[in-house]
This record gives sequence, C-alpha cells and structure tokens, in this order.
Amino acid sequence: MFQVRIHGRGGQGVVTGAEMLSVAAFFEGRHAQAFPSFGSERTGAPVVAFCRIADKEIRLREPILEPDCLIVQDPTLFKVIDVFGGLRGDGYLLINTNKTFSELHIREIAERLPKGHAVIVPATEFALKHIGRPVPNAALLGAFAALTQFVRLDSVERAIEEAFPGKIGAANIAAAREAREFVLMQQHAESAA
Amino acid sequence: MLKQIEGSHAMAEAIAMCRPEVICAYPITPQTHIVEGLGELVKGGSLVNCEYINVESEFAALSVAIGASAAGARAYTATASQGLLFMAEAVYNASGLGLPIVMTLGNRAIGAPINIWNDHSDAMSMRDAGWLQLSAETNQEAVDLHIQAFKLAEELSMPVMVCVDGFILTHAMERIDIPGQEQVDAYLPPYDPVQVLDPSEPASIGAMVGPEAFTEVRFLAHYKQTLALKLIPEFSDEFRKTFGRESGGLLRTYRAEDADMVVVAMGSVCGTIKDTIDEMREDGIRIGLVIIVSFRPFPVDALRNALAGANDVVVVEKSIAVGMGGQLANNVDVALRNLPRPPRLHSSVAGLGGRAITRVSLHHLFRQASVQPWEGTNFLDLNERVVGREIHRTRKTRRSGPTAENILRQMAESGRPAAE
Repeated sequence: MFQVRIHGRGGQGVVTGAEMLSVAAFFEGRHAQAFPSFGSERTGAPVVAFCRIADKEIRLREPILEPDCLIVQDPTLFKVIDVFGGLRGDGYLLINTNKTFSELHIREIAERLPKGHAVIVPATEFALKHIGRPVPNAALLGAFAALTQFVRLDSVERAIEEAFPGKIGAANIAAAREAREFVLMQQHAESAA
Repeated sequence: MLKQIEGSHAMAEAIAMCRPEVICAYPITPQTHIVEGLGELVKGGSLVNCEYINVESEFAALSVAIGASAAGARAYTATASQGLLFMAEAVYNASGLGLPIVMTLGNRAIGAPINIWNDHSDAMSMRDAGWLQLSAETNQEAVDLHIQAFKLAEELSMPVMVCVDGFILTHAMERIDIPGQEQVDAYLPPYDPVQVLDPSEPASIGAMVGPEAFTEVRFLAHYKQTLALKLIPEFSDEFRKTFGRESGGLLRTYRAEDADMVVVAMGSVCGTIKDTIDEMREDGIRIGLVIIVSFRPFPVDALRNALAGANDVVVVEKSIAVGMGGQLANNVDVALRNLPRPPRLHSSVAGLGGRAITRVSLHHLFRQASVQPWEGTNFLDLNERVVGREIHRTRKTRRSGPTAENILRQMAESGRPAAE
C-alpha cells in the first residue's frame, strides 16, 4: 500500500487533489481511497487530505499516520502544524514553492530522505500561468507522477479531465505537464551532478 | 459498473435507481452530499416521476415523507445528528404508523459540545423508536443496503434507517460497484402499500388509541421486527443472487470460527479492526470479529451462536449511554447472558466525536482485554492527564466554569492538539 498525505489551505483544491489522484490510480486498475481530514473547510484554514493506493481492497479507515509521500501545497504551514509527522524514512517529499529547501529551513528534513526523493516545484506559478488562478493541485499531481513514478501522467491527465471537463481541464493538464517536466529536469540535473 | 466515486454520490445513484417518488431534503453535515446528489439527478432528468421537496427543517422533512408515504408514494429522506433529534417526534410517528420510509443517517456526534464529526450517538438516540436500523461497513455496503432497505421497509411496512459513518464513508472516494437499473428493478418490485390514503376508498391513518388497544399495536410492531430477523437474511441472500456479492444480513463474522477473543463492532471501524486482527493472527493470537449489520432488530440468537465459543468478547462502539456505558455492549450482554459458560465481556467506547480509531490503539486494547481486563467501560485513548487535572480543579473551585472550554484551554496551554 502506498499512502499520500496532502497538506494545504482551504481553497487550494487539497481534497480535489487527493480525489483526482485516487481516480488516476483507479484508471490503472488499482484500489484507491481518498478522504479529507474532516475539518470545517474554510478558505485559508489548514486542510489535510489523504490518498491510499493498493493492489487489493483497502479496509483501513484511520488517517494516514506514516505517509510514503507528503505533498505540501503551502509551505507557510510549517509554522502552524507538524506537516512532516510520520513521514517514512524512504518516503517522498513534494513541496509547492519557488524557494529552496534551505530558504524554507527544511534542508535537513529533505536530506534525510533518499537521493532524489525530495523536490520543490513552483506549482502555483504554473497554475497562474496556465489556469489564471492559484490552484496548484493538478500541477502537483503531474510532479507526483514524475517524482514517484507510482502513477502514469496519462492517468493523471484523464483524472483531471474527469474532474474538470473542457477548457479548465486542459489548462490544468498543461500545468501538470509543465510541473512534470520541471521535476524530471531537476532529477536529471541531480543525477548529472 | 465499477466507479471511483464519493460514497455520498454512490448512495445517491443507488437511491435514485430505487425510484423514490418523493425525496424530502434538508441539509445537514455530513449527509448533505447525498441529497445534493439526488437533487442533481432529479433536475438533470435522470430520476423521473420523483418530486424533490426542499423543506424548511428536519421535522418537516420527515413529516412530508410521512404524508407522502401514507398517500402511497415511495418516500426517502436523510439526516444526521441534531437533525435527527429535531425530527424525533416524526421518527416515532413513522414507525408507529407503520410507514415504509427509508432514511439515511450520516452518523455524527450529538452536541453539546457542538461537534460535526462521526460517532454513533445519533443512531443510538433513536434505537428504540421502532425503526429497523442497518449499519454499513463500507461504501459498497452503504449502496447495497439502501436497495435492500426499500424492499425490507415495504415488505414489512416499517421504516428503515441506513446508518453510514459520516465523513469516513460519506466523504471517502473509492472504488464502488454501482448496480444497473435493470438489476435493481429485478430485485425491488414497485411499491405496493399495505395502507394508503385513497379518496376512492376513504380510510383514516393515525387514530387515537387508548389503553384497550395500545399494547396490541406495540406488540405487533415488535412482532414485525421479529419477522425482520428472518427477512433480513433472506433479502441479503436474494441480493447476492441478483447482484453477485455479499451485503447486509443480520451480522457477519471474520476469522471468528476458532477465535478465543471475538470483537463486536458496527460500521466502518470494522475495516480497521480486520486489518488489526490479521496482524495479531500473524503473531499467533486467535482473534476474530463479529460485524453487526442489523442493530434493530438486534440479532440475539445469531450473535449468541457466533460468540458461544469465545473466552473473551470485546465490544468496540462509537457511543456512550452516559451513566450506563456502551449501548451495544449492553445489547451484546443480553445475547451472552444465558450461555452455560458465557465469555467475559469487555466494553470499550471509541471514536467519539470523530477521534480516529487507530490500529495501534486497537492492538493495545485487545491485548489489555486478555491480560489485564478493566472494570466497567474503557474509553479508548482517553487523555487521563487532562481529565484528572479538570476533576481536581473542579473539586477545588466552586465556580469552575464550562467543561468544554476548560479542557480546550488546558490542551492549548500544554501544546497538545485538541483533536486526534
């Protein structure tokens, strides 16, 4: 079972992001379970959503306490809640930012993970460029596909299309593709270095 | 057809396939997505011959459903928590009049203190109101139980409440097999009421009944629920034959055949318990589970048979009768009482107001039940330090203030999160 926890703020599409990821996994014939943190969802309030992916029926109903991957949609949350709690030693970390790990003061955490498992992506910038709104969830799923190789980009694109048919979907897919390219380039640069 | 879909929307699709003729909707978290989904299906034209009525309160929601059902329409509504309390008088009327309404309950805690999260307090508040109460373990079962509920309700002419864990199921998106309309039509015949308000054959429903006949009316309501003990497994069997999967029934067992310790629980927590049992089985511990699907009628005989071989029974439930203990544990006790060698009964109250029930805590609980059993009611993951300090403080200070606010302040000061 692969477990993903997404942290963000109300209005950033955190829950929709987890749901689209579950749909992408479903398209690949897997079992997936996406669920929100069940809070009062107000714009700007911290929101957590979860997604489990497995090859057999998922029976577990506890929150994800030890994620295999953390997606952080808003790095200002580091000061508010324990975002990194339970992240597995061999896990993945994906952060929406245009800063570096050092600038965010989380370099130590990123370096504890295996090489290439922690990446930053300016997903909000990609969202503003393609969609015109600061909604980074779809872009981050594109980055997730590149980082973990756990779902294929075309499954993510189908999931985005299902959630947002038409123009908005196409714009989100463009953001997801750019984020994917961004991660692949980062990984390429890292392995060359 | 397999879909990756939110539980609430899957239920809405299944309920629509049951061809309800009147849907009474009033929003309350966490059931709102269900009636919203049904509203979309009516407005979009895929659910035809259905009047979707936005009412002004929960009391109106069930009252309109009662009127619609008495007039011969297949009627549906949904609610949760305080909404169920607000319709309480009508809840008793629906069952007392014997009207086959189906209602979804998106299980949620009852305030005060106000809390929107999941537990079973709402279902338990109406456990003696004369409705059948079925509890879904998964979203697949939530879908399936609604289809069975209409058939049961109409066969018995009694209302059925389908209890679905709020948020944990209603808001979870997962793989669900949505049946086809022709399958549902084959399973669920058109509504043929046993009583109906019909101008061409005038009759009244809702007579005042005095001491000369009230007991007889109540006896017959109880008798109908004993009939339900036979019908529920029959309709579950029939469901399996039509739809090709197990859903419903009075109860189900999981690895319980040779178990020394058997856990009894209801609803979505059974999934987490199954995973915990698998882990403990790997350590050689003989532990199993009984999942109660039908809480009303309560399957005393079936449960007694399922628990007869156990040494220890641990009841895990998301509700507390304050001053008495867990309601489910008390009901399980009735089933155990007349066994020649009754197992030891251990009662644990867990998951109140949405507190997560984790495998780690369940492991600890089940081990404790076998090696160091507790007296009375165990509160899973109770923060003993916090309650201890509050008890101490209230003893010292006459005007000690409101409990909820005091606890929150204490937790904020000690830097612990108030939830989970």
